[in-house]
Amino acid sequence: MVGPSSSHTAGACRIGLFARGLVGGQPESAKVELHGSFARTGTGHGTDRAIAGGLLGFYPDDVRLRESLELAEQAGMAITFSNTRLRGEHHPNTTRISLKRGPEQAVVIGSSLGAGRILITNVDGFPVEVTGAFPSLVFVAQDVPGIVAAVTSALARTGENIASMRVSRRQKGGEAIHIYELDSPPSAEALDIVRAIPAVRTLRAIPRIA
Amino acid sequence: MFESLGEAVERAEADRISLGELALRTEAEDGLRSRAEIEGALRRALEVMRGAVERGLPGDLRSVSGLVGGDAARLAHARGPLAGTVFTDVLASALAVQEVNAAMGVIVAAPTAGGAGVLPGVLLGLARHRPVTDDMLVRALATAGLVGAVVAVRASLSGAEGGCQAETGAAAGMAAAAGVELLGGSPTEAAHAVALTMQGTLGLICDPLGGLVEVPCVYRNATGGAMALAGIEMALAGVQFPIPVDEVIDTMGEIGRTMDVRYRETAGGGLAATPTGRRLAKERLVQLKPRRP
Repeated sequence: MVGPSSSHTAGACRIGLFARGLVGGQPESAKVELHGSFARTGTGHGTDRAIAGGLLGFYPDDVRLRESLELAEQAGMAITFSNTRLRGEHHPNTTRISLKRGPEQAVVIGSSLGAGRILITNVDGFPVEVTGAFPSLVFVAQDVPGIVAAVTSALARTGENIASMRVSRRQKGGEAIHIYELDSPPSAEALDIVRAIPAVRTLRAIPRIA
Repeated sequence: MFESLGEAVERAEADRISLGELALRTEAEDGLRSRAEIEGALRRALEVMRGAVERGLPGDLRSVSGLVGGDAARLAHARGPLAGTVFTDVLASALAVQEVNAAMGVIVAAPTAGGAGVLPGVLLGLARHRPVTDDMLVRALATAGLVGAVVAVRASLSGAEGGCQAETGAAAGMAAAAGVELLGGSPTEAAHAVALTMQGTLGLICDPLGGLVEVPCVYRNATGGAMALAGIEMALAGVQFPIPVDEVIDTMGEIGRTMDVRYRETAGGGLAATPTGRRLAKERLVQLKPRRP
């Protein structure tokens, strides 16, 4: 990895990478809010550069992280940083990133737990727990019966093994977020089948980032 | 993976294998990666570690803030009582890696970037004085990984959670076990080396000037390497620490959980809060003021 801090640099970069995955590519704009130790000591650790690098698709060992703010500007990615105090319980190294890419939008909260490990704790207001250690499928679906069965049978048909899965919703009958962590990246065929399920919208395949 | 170093040592002793071999077998049995893939990854890590030491030793790098750099090169002219020994080579290598890290160079987090100098410092410092092969170094890295994984589960590897004892302290424990393995010691001796090393880093706070991984981090990696050498030397001489290693690790975790937030990577206490610490941080951070496009 590129220094100087596994939590404030490598972990921050991974949160940026995950956020990028949620909008399916390079965002046009990103609002990055830094909480706790990220806010207090982030600049010196290159946390801003690392998150910007992740949003540009750079991995933690990419030396371009050093120049990522300049590269973001060149690439036309508008990125703003501010300090915040997030409500509720959060790890000291936490950031909230709000992204826009064409019609795609996402708001993600992620924490850097130390030694480069991360935990994504919230996506678009839904509480989640994703580590980025596996390729994952993320989508929002109407909260109706049978979605999980349809998705798991699609994955089974194309031979993808599920490492973990999580479904959470804000209220009954509204929308639920589904996150499937897989042992291998999902095939195009599996993605097509899942996308064709009527209740599913905004399907994203996010590569392994840890 | 193991949640108890004591259990791992028991298993390794029963199977008459080293901790590194045990770590490689266990990780391969987990099935996520083959043994060849795991060894390949460790070999790449070893190469990055070597590269970082080589990049840092000439002393031409300055950190992002300009506060540190060039000290690894000074050890080439060591004139103290241990000049020219493995000791000064460990200090120089640890400083070299941390100076590269502070300059946003490429290093291996071991277990973190802030503690990244200790393990390569100890292993590559030892390798200059002993006939060791890359295969031996790879197994030693696996040993270090096993220790780090246990510390992660039982305590913490984050300065923001547990202070520097969780970063350079954990790194020193990892390096002590790895060093014992590299020098042909037993799994039991490796565990005692971890305990003997980490009892010496208990309570160590994380107090970086301005929050930068520079002062005292760079120097603390060197002293962390020295602590690991002390643990290795005592353990190989047959010294046995009376408190079991898992309990030493648990103690580190407990101290971390009750450590004041000023001492957990917030730059609110310790050396960071000294008059000079505050002044240097202010000067350097103004200079660092990031452009906000």
